[in-house]
Amino acid sequence: MTVLPFLTAGWIFLAGVYGMVTSRDIVHAVGCLAVAQSSTYVLLLTVGYRRGGIAPYFTDTPLRTRTVDPVVQALALTDVVVGATVTALLLALAIQIRKRHGTVDPDALTGLRG
Amino acid sequence: MSRSARIRLFWAAAVVFAVVYTLACTGLPHFGTTVHPYGSRAVAASLRQRTANVVSSINFDQRALDTLGEESILFASVLGTTALLRHARDERVGRPRAGRVLPSTRLLGLVMVPLTLLTGVYIVAHGQLSPGGGFQGGVILATGLHMVYVAADYLVLKRIRPLGVLDVADACGAGAFVALGFAGLIAGAAFLQNVLPLGTFGEISSGGLVPLLNAAVGIEVGSGIIVLLASFLDQAVEVRSETDSGSGERT
Repeated sequence: MTVLPFLTAGWIFLAGVYGMVTSRDIVHAVGCLAVAQSSTYVLLLTVGYRRGGIAPYFTDTPLRTRTVDPVVQALALTDVVVGATVTALLLALAIQIRKRHGTVDPDALTGLRG
Repeated sequence: MSRSARIRLFWAAAVVFAVVYTLACTGLPHFGTTVHPYGSRAVAASLRQRTANVVSSINFDQRALDTLGEESILFASVLGTTALLRHARDERVGRPRAGRVLPSTRLLGLVMVPLTLLTGVYIVAHGQLSPGGGFQGGVILATGLHMVYVAADYLVLKRIRPLGVLDVADACGAGAFVALGFAGLIAGAAFLQNVLPLGTFGEISSGGLVPLLNAAVGIEVGSGIIVLLASFLDQAVEVRSETDSGSGERT
């Protein structure tokens, strides 16, 4: 089953989106977005895995050692940073919504208000 | 859209996604394949640049321009959060009460705060040699400072946290990345090209521009996250809504 790790990423993504769709609380929805996004970490690391490979740094390993793909690891780092910043920004919005509208239920946020 | 219609729409979309995604996955190169053309080239380029940590070499040398975009996103998000969470005119700001902390927690905090800060500096400084770098080390630095909040209370954290300086440090870290990029242009090469002496492979001074960019990012991330958490903590601990009784909240 070499396709299983890829499918795991898809499953995590769908679980996160399901949580967002059924969410009754904005903070919960932001958490679900983080889950959906974490599927991309699994996908990236799965793409970059090389059988028998070790972490891609050569401080105390011989230069010919087989390593996993460092390019996707760098992408995963970018992914983590952007994910954290998006979460912070959305949580700040959630605080403002709670203050201005008095609710954190996305279904109750219907009217536009200045 | 009603709730049940939305969930039905989700399931329809989820089935389509699951089928198409599964088909796409079966066409991908096998899991654990030994053929990674980009990976092999990145490792070779990293060894040529005498940077032992290949991921750092990719982030701060081979793809440094992308990392400039990434840290700009971080900077913009800190800016946005600070703007969103500023005090509004109709909000009352209360003074938080000092909290009670167990002596054992206080002692552990006293030991752990310098240790965590030291670890953060180590991770930033050794980004070119071992797993870590500016982003990871910056987060550890910011977390280390917030252990004061756990070990003492909010008032102590507020006293030792120079927010004004950190605001400037955040901007300087972001600016230093661009300024280091111009070093390449001044030397007659491309923007963000690694033009500094590369040093000896495996030494802390190796990698040319990589450790300097790591330090700039470390400062930016560390101060940025402290500023970010400061605005959240401020909302949680100090700002009171109109309906609140107004008595001091526990910190």
